[in-house]
Amino acid sequence: MEAEGRVPGPPLPPPSPGSRGGAEPPAEPPAGAPGAAQGPLLAAEVLSLDDEEDDLEVFSKDTSLAEVNSFSPSMPISPSSMINQYKFEDEPELRDLFVTVDDPESHITAIETFITYRVVTKTSRGEFDSSEYEVRRRYQDFLWLKSKLEEAHPTLIIPPLPEKFIMKGMVERFSDEFIETRRKALHKFLNRIADHPTLTFNQDFKIFLTAQAWELSSHKKQGPGLLSRMGQTVRAVASSVRGGVKNRPEMFTEMNDYVETFSQKINILDKIAHRIYKEEREYFNEMKEYGPIHTLWSASEEDIADSLKGVASCIDKCCKATEKRMAGLSENLLPILHEYVLYSEILMGVLKRRDQIQGELDSKVDALANKKTEKDLFSEEIGKLEDKVECANNALKADWDRWKQNMQCDMRSTFTNVAENNLRYYEECLATWESFLASQTVGLHVEEDSEDRP
Amino acid sequence: MEDCLAKKMEITVSEAEKRTGKNAMNIQETYTAYLIETRAVESQSEGQCAPVDSLWRRYSEFELLRNYLSVTYPHIVVPPLPEKRADFVWHKLSADNMDPDFVERRRIGLENFLLRVASHPVLCQDKIFYSFLTQEGGWKDMVNETGFQLKADSRLKALNATFRVKNPDKRFTELKHYSDELQSVISHLLRVRARVADRLYGVYKVHGNYGRVFSEWSAIEKEMGDGLQSAGHHMDVYAASIDDILEEEEHYADLLKEYLFYAEALRAVCRKHELMQYDLEMAAQDLTSKKQQCEELATGTVRTFSLKGVTSKLFGQETAEQREAKIKILEEQIQEGEEQLKSKNLEGRDFVKSAWADIERFKEQKNHDLKEALISYAVLQISMCKKGIQVWTNAKECFSKM
Repeated sequence: MEAEGRVPGPPLPPPSPGSRGGAEPPAEPPAGAPGAAQGPLLAAEVLSLDDEEDDLEVFSKDTSLAEVNSFSPSMPISPSSMINQYKFEDEPELRDLFVTVDDPESHITAIETFITYRVVTKTSRGEFDSSEYEVRRRYQDFLWLKSKLEEAHPTLIIPPLPEKFIMKGMVERFSDEFIETRRKALHKFLNRIADHPTLTFNQDFKIFLTAQAWELSSHKKQGPGLLSRMGQTVRAVASSVRGGVKNRPEMFTEMNDYVETFSQKINILDKIAHRIYKEEREYFNEMKEYGPIHTLWSASEEDIADSLKGVASCIDKCCKATEKRMAGLSENLLPILHEYVLYSEILMGVLKRRDQIQGELDSKVDALANKKTEKDLFSEEIGKLEDKVECANNALKADWDRWKQNMQCDMRSTFTNVAENNLRYYEECLATWESFLASQTVGLHVEEDSEDRP
Repeated sequence: MEDCLAKKMEITVSEAEKRTGKNAMNIQETYTAYLIETRAVESQSEGQCAPVDSLWRRYSEFELLRNYLSVTYPHIVVPPLPEKRADFVWHKLSADNMDPDFVERRRIGLENFLLRVASHPVLCQDKIFYSFLTQEGGWKDMVNETGFQLKADSRLKALNATFRVKNPDKRFTELKHYSDELQSVISHLLRVRARVADRLYGVYKVHGNYGRVFSEWSAIEKEMGDGLQSAGHHMDVYAASIDDILEEEEHYADLLKEYLFYAEALRAVCRKHELMQYDLEMAAQDLTSKKQQCEELATGTVRTFSLKGVTSKLFGQETAEQREAKIKILEEQIQEGEEQLKSKNLEGRDFVKSAWADIERFKEQKNHDLKEALISYAVLQISMCKKGIQVWTNAKECFSKM
């Protein structure tokens, strides 16, 4: 397992390329908890992957997992119901970790007010001592987890966290709407980690899910010391001066170009989606007033009172339908687009970090070129750096492919959902008006015969 | 209805043209002229096409015609003209009278006005109306020669004037109340409809932005590219579809507007009744007081306080001859007054009878027209929904292929 985290000192070097993290079950159980020396057969199957084919299978399975996980209104919230839902799917390998985030609670202390969320985990994995956990976490804890994951896996695409504070906006820091939006995003964040073939076995992730509050605090205080973290930063800065760009493989330059354009487009899409929501809301507000006028009018009329009331009722029904359409947007499209806006920033960060790692190697190689006599001394170090670069590149490439597939899947299902939402809206309105028309034309035929037309 | 002109003659306002000319104050101005075409219907049944007569009229001439009709037939609910200036606009419509869309809708409104008059059992027989349709030159003089302006009661236009009428016909009071309500509710409806149209326009047009972004995004995607690109195209179609939809809705709004203006015509008839009733009551009151005066002079008793009584006490009584003379004058006036009162009464009753007949006719027309208008609105909405379903079905297919 990569980056145990619980061991103080510099992070362990990444495993050799070709094997995924978690190639072997942990040798020692976490401190303080009796562990099983060997997990159940299921865990072993999931963990032992040497073939590339298995890698690909897992990735494609992850895609379908992502589908199950991607947030939609119909998705059940509780882990147990998720297990039930999953059992109906014809999957050769079942998921063995389910996480939910719910029940926000306010905590007021002398110093601050903050919200905690309940995080429930259900799992059949051997390395977990229990099959169910329930803990409370605050936003800070999520931030901590994200930074630990970034540290341990600098070239993996760590899922986005909702922003710390929304600057633009009428949403107050602790309004119900804000809290609910954040809760959903946090839920998504943990699930994306749980789905990730490498991150799901990260030790800090496990501790996040299982440790009680005091355990987590003490664990947070451990971890790589400030000095070593600073050392990393210094090296990163040094290598970033070189940039690692000149020896950058073609593939990553392509990725860079892609991310730049993608970032642009996704930001514009985000704006468009918000604008559509705003226009729909204004339309809804005007419609609310439109129907009742017809009812008012019907009070002065006799012959046409029913027709007027009929129109009023149709308009009111369409008004409700438009409200549902808006809700669909805000529950689906808006959060997804926002998530991918954040993802585009994350991708840029990941590419930069890869460049930095490459930069470290390049600068060492350049330094060596000038010191021909000390070649032997440096060759081991260079060898390690070369491994590091190769590892980082492979990890990124694999994760990139996975991310792209997930993104495609998310976009497909989200936009299909938008189309379905609109279809539902128009179909409802159509039915309403058609039934009104039917009620009117029946009477009209009778009238036409007897009326004295001018 | 067999007599009405509309059955004998085809009437259309077929064209509108910009003109420049000198107006009454000899100042150059631009205005729109409308071509009225008429054709006798009879000869068509023989398989022959009758020749089309045509002449040009401008809006002010239509106004003159309507004023003439309103004054000459005060007991008739005279059809209204389309609005003089664009009202209830939402942002897309221009408030400019020269705007082609406005001119087009006005052309239709003017044609509708002529058809309504031609279908009216009483109005269609009017000679001035017939000349309006058939005689280009000298029509204005003809109208003015009728002297209708002299008959016009300026009090009818005075909106603020209140007349304390003691015994109006209750039906007219109710009708006036109804016309106020109708005017208020229709103008409220039209205002909100304009706002709703504006917002709907916004929703559709914003979707048009998807097209360009999807297209640009598709350039960097290998697998998603086609789906994105074609979905974008459908979003463009969606955004463009609102223009036609809202233009059709404007015609619906025009239908409602006609009845908004009809409410004023209704109110004019009610007011006419009020005025006639007021004049009647004033005349009756005047007659009663004259009779009283006569009696007082004859019997020498003063029943009510009068200035005359005070002055005669101060300055002495009149001579017997003076009193006789006064009585004679009063008796003449009383006779005149009684005759006038009788004819006014008759006039009043005739007015109520014929006005009410036309009002019943109007009510039937209104109920029929408004019901049809509401149905046409439903048809519009259905068409809009079907278009929406089409577009989003196509878009959904493209998205699912991404």
